[in-house]
Amino acid sequence: MFQRLPDAGDATLSITVDGKPVKARAGDTVAATLLAAGIDHCRTTPVSGAPRAPYCMMGVCFECLVVIDGVGNRQGCLIPVRDGMAVETQHGKRELER
Amino acid sequence: MSGAPELRDSYDVAIIGAGPAGMAAATICAGAGLSTVLFDEQPAPGGQIYRAVGETPVRRPAVLGNDYWYGERLVHALRASAAHHVPGATVWSLSRDREIGVSIDGAARLVQARRVIIATGALERPFPIPSWTLPGVMTAGAAQILLKSSGMIPHGRTVLAGSGPLLWLLAWQYLNAGAKLDAILDTTPRANRKTAWPHAAAFLLSPYFRKGLRLLLSVRRRVRVIADVSDLRAEGDGKLQTIVYRVGDGAETRLPADTLLLHQGVVPNVNLAMSVGIEHRWDEEQLCWTPVVDGFGGTAVDGIAIAGDGAGIAGAWAAEERGKLAALAAVRALKPDARRDLLPDEARVRLALAQVERGRLFLDRLYRPADRFRLPEGDTLVCRCEEVSARQVVETVALGCTGPNQMKSFLRCGMGPCQGRLCGLTVTELIARARGVSPAEVGHYRLRPPVKPITLGELAALPKSEVAIKAVVRG
Repeated sequence: MFQRLPDAGDATLSITVDGKPVKARAGDTVAATLLAAGIDHCRTTPVSGAPRAPYCMMGVCFECLVVIDGVGNRQGCLIPVRDGMAVETQHGKRELER
Repeated sequence: MSGAPELRDSYDVAIIGAGPAGMAAATICAGAGLSTVLFDEQPAPGGQIYRAVGETPVRRPAVLGNDYWYGERLVHALRASAAHHVPGATVWSLSRDREIGVSIDGAARLVQARRVIIATGALERPFPIPSWTLPGVMTAGAAQILLKSSGMIPHGRTVLAGSGPLLWLLAWQYLNAGAKLDAILDTTPRANRKTAWPHAAAFLLSPYFRKGLRLLLSVRRRVRVIADVSDLRAEGDGKLQTIVYRVGDGAETRLPADTLLLHQGVVPNVNLAMSVGIEHRWDEEQLCWTPVVDGFGGTAVDGIAIAGDGAGIAGAWAAEERGKLAALAAVRALKPDARRDLLPDEARVRLALAQVERGRLFLDRLYRPADRFRLPEGDTLVCRCEEVSARQVVETVALGCTGPNQMKSFLRCGMGPCQGRLCGLTVTELIARARGVSPAEVGHYRLRPPVKPITLGELAALPKSEVAIKAVVRG
């Protein structure tokens, strides 16, 4: 679980995660936003369904894959959060059309 | 300049990765009048070491330390140059004739360059302990990125575990930021001191020595450090709840925890360079693959050089100097009449490089990770993507697999989205041990483009040549 330093600026953006409102700080990535919001996993694996959370935060491990604005398998740690973004946690195998 | 200008179809020099090596190289090439593009996957220049240095929300400079803020100089110089820095750009292919496939904001492009400098840096060495895939377990590097780019620190019970300078640097930065650390589990084997000692004299002259010592003492005064950790695993139902460790031959100790941050050194990020067919050799000191390069980072592939930690781990300051050398070679090849006063002096660069590389062998040997933590056993996952265990990998050797590429077709190990970045070294070393041969003989995964996932839609939308269309259209 992570928290923002008191002087690190306010979370002024609003996004949704699985339909629920979450506050985000401009400049954060999607993965950082999920961690700050206390969301303990961002996907379940296609092989065993095990929960996973961001691991490397630099684009190499692909653990932070989420659905962003309807597009699946996006690397949450590489994508800056934008106001109004709709993020969904990703479950198991990728679905067609996503 | 950043983002604003339209991407061209061709450049004199294309540089991949905007860490210290890439930023230094781009600034020099552009300064010499070469058209220069700098592709980087991250939203801002800096690489991981100077991550978000222009825009970090961490207000107090003392939290991250002077060595971090030094990166501002490189970012300013880059921004003041005519180099075209393209953030959010994922390079997914590089051909031997230097055509680069890059994806920007969901659209793929092909860009041609006369010279390419690969500056893709390092990534953290895999740390495959039991249940390292549990949410709540992440790398120390990841935690440091959260601090630098988002001003975030862990709350709850936090434990750092592993070995190497970054682990101590993160602990120091966390303490500066007011974070509470429950413990540091130091997995550095005690026997390393003996092999490192003969090289201590060189390290005493390294600029890293005094800084490192001060930092180490400062952390040790304020955090419980448990040395000689010989065994480590994570446990939890759906997320990390307990860390179980053993000191030496002692009994198991259970430590309740919410966050476990792992680190045991960094290794070159070789995927792009290997996919072009650049030769890599097994480095027995650094226990990783290192590309074969000349004194300017040049490779056997015409016009492609590698600079920075991707050419062998030597740290941020060395990366900057190696970026300058690769840039000098590019300028000399493409613009031999460039004004000399616009270029760094080669002799001075080499002197600076020698100074910061001094004592590297001491660090490599002192922090050489234990076999126990590189070569997992039993059900411990090696491949996080495809969930393949150490036992499964070793079993394929009994079936006659001599290397990772045959093993892949049995297990899909290494074929997930990370493309072997988090399992490659572990697999090579496991097979080598099972066969009783050196990792050099076993080899690495055969890497092919695209080296990063790209959608079929993006590929299909690329411009096509007449020849390419004729090759697939009937009649």
